[in-house]
Amino acid sequence: MTSIKTSSTERPTPSDSTPAAALHSGTSDLRALVLNNLRQSGIYVALVVIVALFAVLTDGVLLSPGNITNIVLQYSYILVLAIGMVILIIGGHIDLSVGSVVALTGAVSAVLVIQQGHPWWIGVLAALVVGVAVGAWHGFWVAYAGIPAFIVTLAGMLLFRGLTLRVLDNISLSPFPAEYQKVAAGFLNGLLGGNGFDAFTLLIGAIAVAGYAVSGFRTRVARIRYQQPVESFPLFVARVVLVGAVIMYFAWQLAHARGLPIVLIILAFLVLVYGLLTRRTVFGRQVYAIGGNLSAAALSGVKVRTVNFWMFVNMGFLAAVAGVIYSSRSNGAQPAAGNMFELDAIAAAFIGGAAVTGGVGTVVGAMVGGLIMAVMSNGMQLMGIDQSTQSVVKGLVLLVAVAFDVYNKRRAGTAR
Amino acid sequence: MDDTILEMRRITKTFPGVTALEDVSLAVRRGEIHAICGENGAGKSTLMKVLSGVHPSGSYDGEILFDGKPMQFRGIRDSEANGIVIIHQELALVPYLSIAENIFLGNERRGRGGLIDWNLANAEAGKLLASVGLHENPVTPVIQLGVGKQQLVEIAKALSKKVRLLILDEPTAALNDVDSAHLLDLLRALKEQGITCIMISHKLNEITAIADSTTVIRDGRSVETLDMRSNEVTQQRIIRGMVGRDLDSFYPDRESSPGEEVLRIEDWTVRHPVQERMVVEGVNLSVRAGEVVGIAGLMGAGRTELAMSVFGRSYGRDIRGRLFVKGREVHARTVAEAIDNGIAYVTEDRKRYGLNLIDDVRRNVSAAALDRLSRLGWVNGNEEIKVAEASRQEMNIRTPSVMAVVGKLSGGNQQKVVLSKWLFTDPDVLILDEPTRGIDVGAKYEIYTIINRLVAAGKAVIVISSELPELLGMCDRIYTLAAGRITGEMPVAEATQESLMELMTKDKELVG
Repeated sequence: MTSIKTSSTERPTPSDSTPAAALHSGTSDLRALVLNNLRQSGIYVALVVIVALFAVLTDGVLLSPGNITNIVLQYSYILVLAIGMVILIIGGHIDLSVGSVVALTGAVSAVLVIQQGHPWWIGVLAALVVGVAVGAWHGFWVAYAGIPAFIVTLAGMLLFRGLTLRVLDNISLSPFPAEYQKVAAGFLNGLLGGNGFDAFTLLIGAIAVAGYAVSGFRTRVARIRYQQPVESFPLFVARVVLVGAVIMYFAWQLAHARGLPIVLIILAFLVLVYGLLTRRTVFGRQVYAIGGNLSAAALSGVKVRTVNFWMFVNMGFLAAVAGVIYSSRSNGAQPAAGNMFELDAIAAAFIGGAAVTGGVGTVVGAMVGGLIMAVMSNGMQLMGIDQSTQSVVKGLVLLVAVAFDVYNKRRAGTAR
Repeated sequence: MDDTILEMRRITKTFPGVTALEDVSLAVRRGEIHAICGENGAGKSTLMKVLSGVHPSGSYDGEILFDGKPMQFRGIRDSEANGIVIIHQELALVPYLSIAENIFLGNERRGRGGLIDWNLANAEAGKLLASVGLHENPVTPVIQLGVGKQQLVEIAKALSKKVRLLILDEPTAALNDVDSAHLLDLLRALKEQGITCIMISHKLNEITAIADSTTVIRDGRSVETLDMRSNEVTQQRIIRGMVGRDLDSFYPDRESSPGEEVLRIEDWTVRHPVQERMVVEGVNLSVRAGEVVGIAGLMGAGRTELAMSVFGRSYGRDIRGRLFVKGREVHARTVAEAIDNGIAYVTEDRKRYGLNLIDDVRRNVSAAALDRLSRLGWVNGNEEIKVAEASRQEMNIRTPSVMAVVGKLSGGNQQKVVLSKWLFTDPDVLILDEPTRGIDVGAKYEIYTIINRLVAAGKAVIVISSELPELLGMCDRIYTLAAGRITGEMPVAEATQESLMELMTKDKELVG
C-alpha cells in the first residue's frame, strides 16, 4: 500500500473472501458500477437523455443562457417542496397539503407587507412561522393522534386553502416591494465585473466544484483509512471532472444571462443541508429506519412519534420557504396559488427513486426527479406542445418511473 | 363401529431445504374427535394444510382417502366441497363485516337476479348461531365479539358449508377457561350430530378430556396413535410420545459460573392490549451475570408478551410489577430507556420486528445504538462501517460486504445481524426470543457458540424457546410458563423434557 491509488483498488484486509473480492473489483469497473447502482444512476441517465432530447428538439434553445435561468426561476419552489416531500415519503408518509400551505404562507406575507406596509422581512418571517405551525398541526395528528398522513394532509389541503381565501378575502394582492421580489427574481451579479459575463457567478461555480472535489477526496481518504472499498482513482477523477464540467457549464450559461439567481443560492443551500441531514444525522437515519420497518425501528429505541412529528414540522417549514419564493416570483398572493404543487413534488420524489412503501429515497434523487419534470415541461412549452399532451407525457413518465422501481425491488427479492 | 372416514397415507412434504413431513400416516374414524399433538414445528399444521388443500395435490407425496375414495385437492375450495373445513389458529374473519356476512363470505346466498338475499342470509345465520349456542344478532359486526364468540362464528361458518370433517388448529389457545369449556361442549355436541373432528392442541388436559384418539407427531413423522378410550393413556403417556428424542452433542460445552444478579422481575403483571384478560400474571424471575436462563412455554403462554413488556413496555397495558437491573430499580417506560438500562431484546420474528430488510448490514447493526456513533446528532459514517465490519468478522456474518442488503442474507446470517445490533448497545442482559427459529442446523450451532461467548464475557442471557432440547442444552436454569404464570423453576440438571412439558401444560383444570 504505497499510495492511495494502489490501495484503492483492493481491500487490504487479509480475510478476503471471494465474494468480497468480486464486489470490490466490481466497484472499480464502470459498467458494474452503473449496473449495481442502476436504481440511482438510472435517473441521472434519464435526465441526461431528456436534456439531450429536448436540446435537439428545441434547436438548442433549451440550453440557452436565458432559458436555463428561466428553468431555475420557474421550478425552484417545486424543488424546495420536493426536499420536504421526499423525507416524508422515506418515512412512509405523504403530504397532500403543500400547495395550500404555499398559498397560505404567501397570503399571510402579502397581507402583512402589501396591505399593512410592514417591511419585507416581517412578511418572510411570518410566512415561516405559519408554515412551521401548519407542520406542527399535521405532525400532531399523524404522530400523536395516529391518523394516517394521507387523511390528515387531505384535510389540511382543504383547511388551509379555505384559510387562504379567508386571509385574502377572496382577492389577489399585488405588488410586493422591490426587496421582496428579489427573493425569487433577484440576481447576484456585477459584484466582480466581467466582460460580457458575470465573473462572480463563475467564481461561485468554481467554489462549488472545488468543494465537491475536496469533500469527495476527503471521504475517499477516510474510507481507505477504514479499509472500505472505493472506486478506482481514475474513475474518481473522471467523476469529479464530469460533475465539475456540468456545474461550470451551468455557471457559464448563467453568467451570460442575468447572473446568479438568489433563489438558486437558497436552493443549493437547502439541498446541501438536507442532503447531509438525511445521510449523516441520527434524525435522518431514524427516518429511513421508520420507513423501512416501523416495528423494527420502534423496537430499536427510535422515538417514532417524535421523529414523525418533526418530519411534518420540517415539511411545513419548507412549504413556507416555497410559499415565499412563489409569492415573490408571482409578485403577489392569489387565492388559487400553489394549486397542484403537491402532485409535482410527490412526482419528483417518486421519479427520483423514492419507494412507495417508504424507507428508500434521496434528496438528490428527488432533485433530479424534479429536474426531469422541469426540463420536460419547459422543453414541451418551448416546442409549443399543448397543455393536454404535456399532462399526458408527465403522467406516463411518473407511471414508468414507479413501475421501474417496483420491478427493481421485486428483482432484488426484498419486497415482502 | 370402527369405520374410517379419513386416511392419509405416507404423506411426505418438503419445502426448499427442509423436510416438514416424512411418511406421515393418519387414520380418523367416523364421528370421533381425533387429537393431534406435537411440539411446535413438529409438522401438525403442515399436515392439516396438506389435508385441506392449502398445499395442493402434487406438492406432496402420498395419498389421501376420504370416505374410501382417493382425493386430489387443488385448493381449499375442493376440500370444502367434500365437507372438509379447517379453522385456523388465527381466525379468518373480516372484522368489520357482520356475523352473517362472514358466515356466507365466498358462499353468498343469492336470490333473484343474482343479488344477495340478505333476509335469507340473516335468517339462516340465525339458525346456525343457535346451533352453536351463540346468542347474537347476525348483523352484529364481528369485531364487537370476543375471541371466544368469534371462534363460534367460525364453527357456524363451517356448519354452513355442510361440514363432515372439521379441523380445528389450536382452538382454545386464545380463549379463557369459560370459553374453552364452552367450546369443548360444543365439539361434543357436534360429535353427537355425526361430525368428525380433528383438533390440534397443546393443552393435554383438554385432549384427555375430549379426544377419542390421539396421534402424536414428532419431527415431521407420525409416532403413534393412542386410543384414548382406554384408561391407560395419561398426560404423561402423551408427553413421552411428544418429546421422545435424545439430546445429542448438538450444543457446545460451556463452563457455568453465575455471578451477581443482573435482572430481576417481581410480581410482573400485564394486561392484553385490547382484551380484558391478563396475559402475564404475577411473574417473578431473575437472571445472574454469566448465566443462561430459559423460559419454556407453549404458544400463547405469554413468553413473548412477558419479554416485550419488560423491554420498555412495548407490549400490553396496565403493566404492574418491579424491575431491577443490577440491584437498582428501573422504570423503563420506553424502548430507549430499556436500552439505556442495559436490556436488549432480540425479537421472535426477525423479518417483521428485528430488521430493516431493505437496508444494508451496516445500518442495521448500528440502528439501536446510533448515539454511540454520533456527536451532536451527526453520525460518524466511517466509525459505523468499522463497527459493522468488526461485527461481520466476529459473528462470522457471511456477506460480501457490510453494504449488502440484509434482505438478501440467509436466515442464520440475518439472525447474526440482529445479534450484532443488540451487542453493539452493550447490554447487561439479553433476552433472546426463539433465537434459532427458521435457521439451519449449522447456523444454530454458531448462534449457540455466540451465546456461550457472551455468557463467558459476563452477560446475562434469557432464552425463550419452543424447542425443549435447545433449552436443556443451553440453559443453566429453566422457568416454565403456562397461561401467563410461572408454573415451575428448576436447574437444568433436574429438568427433563417430560418434567418441563408437564409444567408447561399445567393449566387450571377445566370443568367437564
